[in-house]
Amino acid sequence: MTRLTPSAKGIALHVGVVLALLALNFLLPEYHRGVFARVLVLAVFAMGYNLAFGYTGLLSLGHAMFFAAGLYGAGLTIYHLEWSVWPAFAAGLAAGAGLALVVGFLALRTTGVAFMIVTLMFAQVFYLTTLYFTTYTRGEEGLVLPQAARVLGFPGGTLNLSDPSTRYLVALALFTLVLGVILFVVRAPFGRSLIAIRENDERMRMLGYNVFANKLASVVLSGIVCAASGAAYAVLFGYVGSGFAAIQYSILPLLWVLVGGAATTLGPLIGTLFMFYVIDTASSYTTAHLLVVGLVLIGVILFFPKGIAGTVRERWLPWLP
Amino acid sequence: MRAALTMEGVDSFYGHVQVLRGFDLELKAGEVLCLLGRNGAGKTTALKTIMGLVPATAGRILLGDADLTKLAPHEVPTAGVAYVPQGRRLFSELSVGENLEIGLMTRNKGRDTRDSVLDLFPILRERLKQRSGTLSGGEQQMLAMARALCLEPQVLLLDEPTEGLMPSMIARIRETVAALRARGVSTILVEQRVDAVLPVADRVAFIENGRNRETVDVDRLRADPEMVHRYVGVG
Repeated sequence: MTRLTPSAKGIALHVGVVLALLALNFLLPEYHRGVFARVLVLAVFAMGYNLAFGYTGLLSLGHAMFFAAGLYGAGLTIYHLEWSVWPAFAAGLAAGAGLALVVGFLALRTTGVAFMIVTLMFAQVFYLTTLYFTTYTRGEEGLVLPQAARVLGFPGGTLNLSDPSTRYLVALALFTLVLGVILFVVRAPFGRSLIAIRENDERMRMLGYNVFANKLASVVLSGIVCAASGAAYAVLFGYVGSGFAAIQYSILPLLWVLVGGAATTLGPLIGTLFMFYVIDTASSYTTAHLLVVGLVLIGVILFFPKGIAGTVRERWLPWLP
Repeated sequence: MRAALTMEGVDSFYGHVQVLRGFDLELKAGEVLCLLGRNGAGKTTALKTIMGLVPATAGRILLGDADLTKLAPHEVPTAGVAYVPQGRRLFSELSVGENLEIGLMTRNKGRDTRDSVLDLFPILRERLKQRSGTLSGGEQQMLAMARALCLEPQVLLLDEPTEGLMPSMIARIRETVAALRARGVSTILVEQRVDAVLPVADRVAFIENGRNRETVDVDRLRADPEMVHRYVGVG
């Protein structure tokens, strides 16, 4: 029997995960299918964060602004300008890319703790901006996008994104696309150079790499992926609110990535799914669910110090990308 | 003989502390030039200044006719200078092959360059998929040199490559430096130990208080061991 190369094993695993997620659309009860659709979209957010934090070593506390840029880019254009889904989604991506370029250009002049503070401050400015322009954003109350506007047109037909099955499949399509892009990027020379920069950027400078340009490219790509998640959230779930720009949404992707495994391709999905269900299950039994969540996280850190996928890779499956 | 690299009156500082003071050096094409001196004399700083990692506040550093002081630090390796710092400094999470790939990408070199480099370090060919952090000290030093050579540099800077290695590995490193000279690579070698230098160097520059006090042929050094006493304090 022919043995699979590590690279082929990695690709086979990812194809298997996507097929399993596809099968779940037909197997899961309605409630859990809704949860999974949300998890798939937010896992894309975590995958974007993972690119900056896990692969490049940039500990940002402001990624909520990139998610919210996509969310508002798509949401405001649909709500106020009556754009259809495709151009609104593109507006979300453009908003995320533009914001990431500007914030990255300024914030990457700092490192370490200063970088964390600067990104946090930029995100707070974004959050307060959404509250300031309440006339357009309706602040915390947010905007509910009309169902009639959440229709995805394509040659030969339309898809109603309010339909649970369609919503799940579109979320899965986005997840699969981003997973493929991330897998390609981290296996490409660019991805290797990001990992090397994470290990030691001065060494990379000594070897002739423009570290700033590489980090900026990583932040912009990360911002685009997070914005894609935000824009998808707006069109799939029909709600756009300031809460998504708050600091909580900068901390959550960090938590999801740490739990799932930083610098692993499947870690963000595992972490997001794990945290959703831990909170969901614990809160159905006790009002002190955050205590339970805290204890579970301590357990995860004890037994999976590099996150779930990271520790599995270290101990059992070294080929795991 | 044409100069591969020239430093003329170079000053450099760590903060407010001046380390290099009017530093002059000439590396001839195809030679191995060793920098000898006490701790803190400025040997490593001289290499870092060439690489732009410590800025030169005065003077010129020429690679052929190109002034390296006008380049950003990341442009110096692209211009043709490779640096192997003290302590190897590999990317330990990456495999041997990936470490080499990082070196190859700097100047868009390909498989031919990699094969030519691996001919110098056959042991690395057997370990391409191994994580570099798990290599022995000697193998890590070879990989650090191999990664630098993937740039196909005109000038190679080696900072104490034999530090902490067992004698057989030191001999291998010396052989490699000699092989590189045969390939036409000009090398500046920083060493503390005179015995590690004499078999491989063409000339020796004695560094003291941030200045190049004297540059002599190795033959002259062999004839006058007192010279080492004067500058380094050991023989």
